[in-house]
Amino acid sequence: MQDESALMISCIPHLRRYARALVSDYAGADDLVQDTLERSWKNLSAWRRDCDMRRWLFGIMHNVHKDGFRKRAVPTVELDEMTFLPVMRATHADQHEMRDIVSALEKLPIEQREILLLVALEEMTYDEVASVLCIPVGTVMSRLSRGRERLRAIVEGHVLASSLKVVK
Amino acid sequence: MSDSPITEADLNAYVDGLLPPSQLVEIEAYLSESPAEMARMRAYREQNAALRALYDPILNEPVPQRLIDVVRNKVARWQWHHLAAGIVISIISGLAGWFLHGPRQSDATIALSSGSASVHLAQVTNLAHHAAIAHAVYSPDVRRPVEIGSEQEEQLVTWLSKRIGSKIRPPKLGKAGYELIGGRLLPGESGPVAQFMYQDAAGQRLTLYVSTEQQKNRDTGFRFAHEGPVNVFYWIDGKFGYALSASIGKQPLSNIASLVYEGLEKTE
Repeated sequence: MQDESALMISCIPHLRRYARALVSDYAGADDLVQDTLERSWKNLSAWRRDCDMRRWLFGIMHNVHKDGFRKRAVPTVELDEMTFLPVMRATHADQHEMRDIVSALEKLPIEQREILLLVALEEMTYDEVASVLCIPVGTVMSRLSRGRERLRAIVEGHVLASSLKVVK
Repeated sequence: MSDSPITEADLNAYVDGLLPPSQLVEIEAYLSESPAEMARMRAYREQNAALRALYDPILNEPVPQRLIDVVRNKVARWQWHHLAAGIVISIISGLAGWFLHGPRQSDATIALSSGSASVHLAQVTNLAHHAAIAHAVYSPDVRRPVEIGSEQEEQLVTWLSKRIGSKIRPPKLGKAGYELIGGRLLPGESGPVAQFMYQDAAGQRLTLYVSTEQQKNRDTGFRFAHEGPVNVFYWIDGKFGYALSASIGKQPLSNIASLVYEGLEKTE
């Protein structure tokens, strides 16, 4: 029991990182993590010890998110909401670039965004992603390709647009 | 280049560093001949890097307490539910056994025919339930398992007897290899209850939970409950309810329960 809870707590930073990239608002992301932890705990008996806890949790987070995770009736505002900005430690230009990526990421279909994030952030193999999302590995590959290409098109489109503005 | 065609999957694996080294040379050779593909792969790698630069700092953020609490509170709640569920199961199996075999002892007077059976049973069950929880809470405590240690046994006996309103003396369990290490006062359902803790040479602990709130209950013979690692023998004797809890087998615990029962009689 203690082992499982310690293991679960150790996965929270990863869940938060992924959730933030997936839903891109601070409190909403942590709500998603919270709902994921609650559902995971209810289904703990389904977790097999020989299975990677982190991967199992990501599978549950996928389902929670897909089910349209419950929004809090009273919106919660974290006191440390602003801590996200200072840790970015980026130059102003970099921040622009990053915002471009964030907005581009938001324009990706969720199926592609999930896979790209699991691969890029969590460094999962394609087989692992397939098992987390319960889809064939071929589907993972095709969605990943399409997602990357789409993201590239969106980002490069942005770059073009902003350089045109500069010329004006 | 080998004759096997390079697939989009290979290229993605190249971007993500998932390519086996044997294929790496092949892909790099392919890309060096195709500037457009090279640029595309570089863009994909930059996407990965940008995403990590953007989101990796979250890994080092302090985790909000509310998320840790979800797991911690679940553990606490799970332990309660698990205890309760375990006791319900053991009661059901106990009842099933009772129906199948009839009361094993003439004084096992759980009155199933009376209308108050379920109430009565629930109260008896509560005794085992609370005892099991108290055992689970205090027996693992290394530094402070008891409030008053056995070196002050007289003080312990006087104090607990006074608080629970009846003379109570912990029985000697040396015959079973267990020595008293002390006791504590706990809240029961309507007033104080006493818990005595014993330990054997191997550090195995057992607790005897003594309640004086059983006026409404009929006497019972020894009854057994278990959930998870904690086994409990309990019985009602007049206003006294006794529950002996330990993480040891049913048979050894039963032997100790008999010893407790005899020991209590002698002191009364």
